[in-house]
Amino acid sequence: MSISQRQLALLLITPGLALVAALFLYPLSFSLISAFTGPKGGFSLDAFRKAWELYSGDILFTVVIVLVSCSLTGLAAIVIAGTLTLGENRLIVGTLKALYRWPLFIPFIVAAQCMRTFLAKNGLMNNSFVAMGLMEPLQAVSFLDWRGIIATFVWKQTPFVALLLAGALAAIDRATLEAGRNLGASRLRVLVELALPQVMPQLLVALVLSFVTMLSVLSVPMMVAGSQPTLLTVDMAFRINAYGDYATANALGVITYLLSAGAAIIYLKRGMAKEGAP
Amino acid sequence: MMHLGSALRTALAAFLLAAFAFVLIGPLANLALWSVAERWYTPYKLPVSYGTRYWEQVFRPTGDAMASLGTSVFIAVLTVAVALALSIPAGYALARLRLPARALFMVVFLLPQAFPSVAIYINVARVFYQLGINGTVLGVVLVHAAHGLVYSVWIAAAAFGAVDKDLELAARNIGASPLKTFVSVTLPLAAPGIVASGIFVFLESLDEFTGTFFVGVPQVRTLPLLLYNAAMGGNYQVASITALILLVPSVLFMLFIERFLRADVLAKVGA
Repeated sequence: MSISQRQLALLLITPGLALVAALFLYPLSFSLISAFTGPKGGFSLDAFRKAWELYSGDILFTVVIVLVSCSLTGLAAIVIAGTLTLGENRLIVGTLKALYRWPLFIPFIVAAQCMRTFLAKNGLMNNSFVAMGLMEPLQAVSFLDWRGIIATFVWKQTPFVALLLAGALAAIDRATLEAGRNLGASRLRVLVELALPQVMPQLLVALVLSFVTMLSVLSVPMMVAGSQPTLLTVDMAFRINAYGDYATANALGVITYLLSAGAAIIYLKRGMAKEGAP
Repeated sequence: MMHLGSALRTALAAFLLAAFAFVLIGPLANLALWSVAERWYTPYKLPVSYGTRYWEQVFRPTGDAMASLGTSVFIAVLTVAVALALSIPAGYALARLRLPARALFMVVFLLPQAFPSVAIYINVARVFYQLGINGTVLGVVLVHAAHGLVYSVWIAAAAFGAVDKDLELAARNIGASPLKTFVSVTLPLAAPGIVASGIFVFLESLDEFTGTFFVGVPQVRTLPLLLYNAAMGGNYQVASITALILLVPSVLFMLFIERFLRADVLAKVGA
């Protein structure tokens, strides 16, 4: 044999790595360099100063929206996965199981279009409330602002987090949960005190992935909430399309990297810990 | 008293479930209504007149939508071809061969999905512009393939990892070459997982908006871009019909994913 197994392995994996290097690592370094280079060349923080001056409100807005969306997604996923695991009413568990996964593979842009019509002032949600007599027609308001963004994110991401969480919950030892129930603990208490601590890592990973996803989505803030304030993804697209201002756009990009870096570190740490486990 | 309490709880649970169904199905129902609404304006709670006029407009052979559908499917097929050509060898190396720093390589394929992507695409578009491939199908296919590679590589590695090594050894023992063993034993056994990864990549490409928005415009108009333009232009019917077209493969995949991805393969994904 002319080449060793190790060389063959590297040879086989190189084309894939090359694509990631060319279309991810290279543009990533490009954005870092561009963000830290001044108008006359050389190291400078000018782009960050300008980004903060123009978009400090949107940076804060983005952090709050994404954190609130992740918290609500986590809460909804815990309720769904908890019901699927500990629910005793067959009919309810069965219906929930059949329903909750629907948005899983629906693209964000389709979810955005759904919400754009559903949450509008004259959308199906307000119309249904009026028809049920819960609300007067004049009370109807449009939810197509920050509330719409949060609603779309939670609607789209909850099935994903719930799916991973339900999988993790199904894998834990039923005996502890049964023991807790037999000792008279309520199902809520069993879920919160016995089941959830055991699946925290999986919940965390799913939420970290959702966090990064929400920081990447461009269609939802553009389509669901038109006006200011808006998410950083829209600001970046605007800096490029309206001004060709790469420095400020890349500075905003670096800020989104930093926001997700904290989250990504948690993810990678967990990945490495799993790799080290026997 | 106890009886009343349990009845109350069941009623409460049923109410919550109904509210959940409303939140989940409502937006989709609104989309479906818009696709068949010929006229719908305030203060009417439901469309004023129904019809398939916009469906005919969208599905007219010469219409924008059919051209966009063609472009989207063409790009998605090419993306799958590129992704599989790269991920079958990479997945085999990760699953079967002794590879130094294996964990690091696994993470490298995850990176494009683990970073906020808008800032990356801005710079990809800049590089592509210099290379003269901005606004071309090739550029869009490369971006989609890089993004989908984590699925195809991780699932391919899991699929190869789940193939019984004894079968490969048996083939080698009766005189098959390593290449022959791979083509006639390992690859066919891993095929269901690889098909699943191909479907994943196909859907990712079909649904992809952000990358195409920066790299493909204005020449490459995929379905998501058509949907975006129609929605921003206020044409809710065309936007809703386009959204429904994109919805069909996504929902079908959600319903059938377990047929393609067997549990033993699924358990190995990312490991």
